[in-house]
Amino acid sequence: MGKFDWKKYLIVFLITALIFSTAIYLSNLASEKRLDEIKSIEDKIAIDILSSETQFNLLAESSCEDLNNPGLSADLNSLAEKLSFEEDKLGSDNQEVIGLKRYYSVLEIKDYLLVKKISEKCHVKPLTVLYFYSNAGDCSECERMGYILTYLRDEYPELRVYSFDYNLDLSTLKTLLSVFKLERKLPAVVVNSTPYYGFKSIEEFEKIMPELKTLKNQAASSSTTTSTKSK
Amino acid sequence: MIEVGTIVAHILLFISLYFEIFLLLTFLEGKHEMKKSPRESSYAPSVTVIVPCFNETKTLTKTVNSLLSLDYPKDKLSIFIVDDGSTDDTWSVMQKFKENQSISLFQKENGGKFTALNLGISQAKSEIVGCLDADSFVDRKALRRIIERFENPEISAVTPAIKVSSPKNIIERIQSAEYAFSAFIRKTFSYLGAIYIAPGPFSFFRREIFEKIGPYRHAHNTEDLEMALRLQTKRLKIDNAHDAYVYTIAPKTPRALYKQRVRWIHGFLENARDYRFLFFRPGYGNLSMFVLPTATLSIFTALYFTAYSIWNAAVFIGNKIIEFSAVGLNLAIQPIQFDWFFFKTESIFILSSILIVLTIILIVTGKYILDRRVGFSRDILYFVLFYSFLAPFWLARSVYNTALSKKTSWR
Repeated sequence: MGKFDWKKYLIVFLITALIFSTAIYLSNLASEKRLDEIKSIEDKIAIDILSSETQFNLLAESSCEDLNNPGLSADLNSLAEKLSFEEDKLGSDNQEVIGLKRYYSVLEIKDYLLVKKISEKCHVKPLTVLYFYSNAGDCSECERMGYILTYLRDEYPELRVYSFDYNLDLSTLKTLLSVFKLERKLPAVVVNSTPYYGFKSIEEFEKIMPELKTLKNQAASSSTTTSTKSK
Repeated sequence: MIEVGTIVAHILLFISLYFEIFLLLTFLEGKHEMKKSPRESSYAPSVTVIVPCFNETKTLTKTVNSLLSLDYPKDKLSIFIVDDGSTDDTWSVMQKFKENQSISLFQKENGGKFTALNLGISQAKSEIVGCLDADSFVDRKALRRIIERFENPEISAVTPAIKVSSPKNIIERIQSAEYAFSAFIRKTFSYLGAIYIAPGPFSFFRREIFEKIGPYRHAHNTEDLEMALRLQTKRLKIDNAHDAYVYTIAPKTPRALYKQRVRWIHGFLENARDYRFLFFRPGYGNLSMFVLPTATLSIFTALYFTAYSIWNAAVFIGNKIIEFSAVGLNLAIQPIQFDWFFFKTESIFILSSILIVLTIILIVTGKYILDRRVGFSRDILYFVLFYSFLAPFWLARSVYNTALSKKTSWR
């Protein structure tokens, strides 16, 4: 049995190749399923936004309560998380990822505009942050800034954070950049139509958006009330 | 763009998977041998067992007593105990056996294990000569099972099946699973005619082969490995008696295990360098074309995946540090949500999982060889959980020592 048996080596090679390619196929299949899920979430958001816009037009003369829909494209956050996960796995230069990011960015802009319209009608200040980043290696503070905004979004569910890849080739995004006359000094955020450049800490954000503090105090007092009631 | 590191990882995973499937298929081809019940042969040539000792007061008595209890004709069995210049009471412990007719005692200046073995070989007159490390004990039937293999005149040497003696702590239990894996490997290599180690605990040789190929050599403190490689170069066959059980005392501490393994792996690499002409020569069969190249590559594969894992862990920790520097320590417990979306489904992860499952199957098969029982034990669990954290230390040190031609010591 010590002799070199080519046939056996070949058979084992075929078995190994079969297992190997099955594993790669399953991995690719899972990636495709993920991209499909992202696409279906995006489609759902598109319908949500379209529905909200239509609702806005229909009820243009109605009261703000009718328009105050807290469920408005609530899937945007979960979509951002999933898109970011997939971007990490497949790479930011993956064409499918880029396509989904473009779609996502358009949806964000639509959502932003809708929130703005509703806020104007109801005379409230929209609690939104437009965040511009780059993952082309030219923005050393973007990662830290991303953590700050994730933290703020978790801490203040009312806050809507729209993040945009500055380098994305998308005409709508270019228009948005020109509307705010945004320079390429990343990271950058736009709050209440005012651009701010460079890294901003949580405290700085709370200064830029005093509403956050109010929300925090409201949350604290409501939790005190709840705990007092429960006693 | 797929990174170079990922491509290399896939190639190494393919080779590792190939290696394990090849072994499993080879084992299944020869498994009918496993089912044979041991036959009681009357074949009983004269045998000498050499026990080299260096400071073995703790275990020597038990070792020799296990040899005296062997089921083998007493007039055919000689036991040579060789004190290789011990600095403790080994020589006085040996004296309790001086009246025994089967036992001969020798004392010499310290020169290393191979010199003690060579002294025994030079004094032996028997047909078969073997050795037993003084920290190992044999099963009553072990010699019978070994000698049965010599009935085939083509066989020049026979190796046993080694188990860890009474494993208790985690380090010993990890080795217990590892020895089961080795039992599987040794059996499979014997089918391939590719055994390249004749281990110190209870390997046997026809005495005449020492006249043909010479005595043991220093061989970078792994004389058992070099002897087997030398037999292979002369195309002398080495068999494995998978039912000849030998129990060895395994290192109990990580440090002792580390030292032993550095000696073994460094010895393997140095001998592989000395016998490099054995690589990729179809004339030397499976040993040359498959076993030695993959055994060497496995060391570098393990180190590569260690580096790969360390890199991934460093990236993860780096991200956590960046997060901490941005938002501070966030102790809020996030509700755990199970979403298939975030499951790891990268091909490297799937292939590594297949490889781990296959390794477990091979260990379970090894356990079956050793214990005739099929099952998943605590030893296997410890092995799967901890071995990959321990082995890189001695692998890296061995490669380092080999690269810089550093010598390793026995103790």
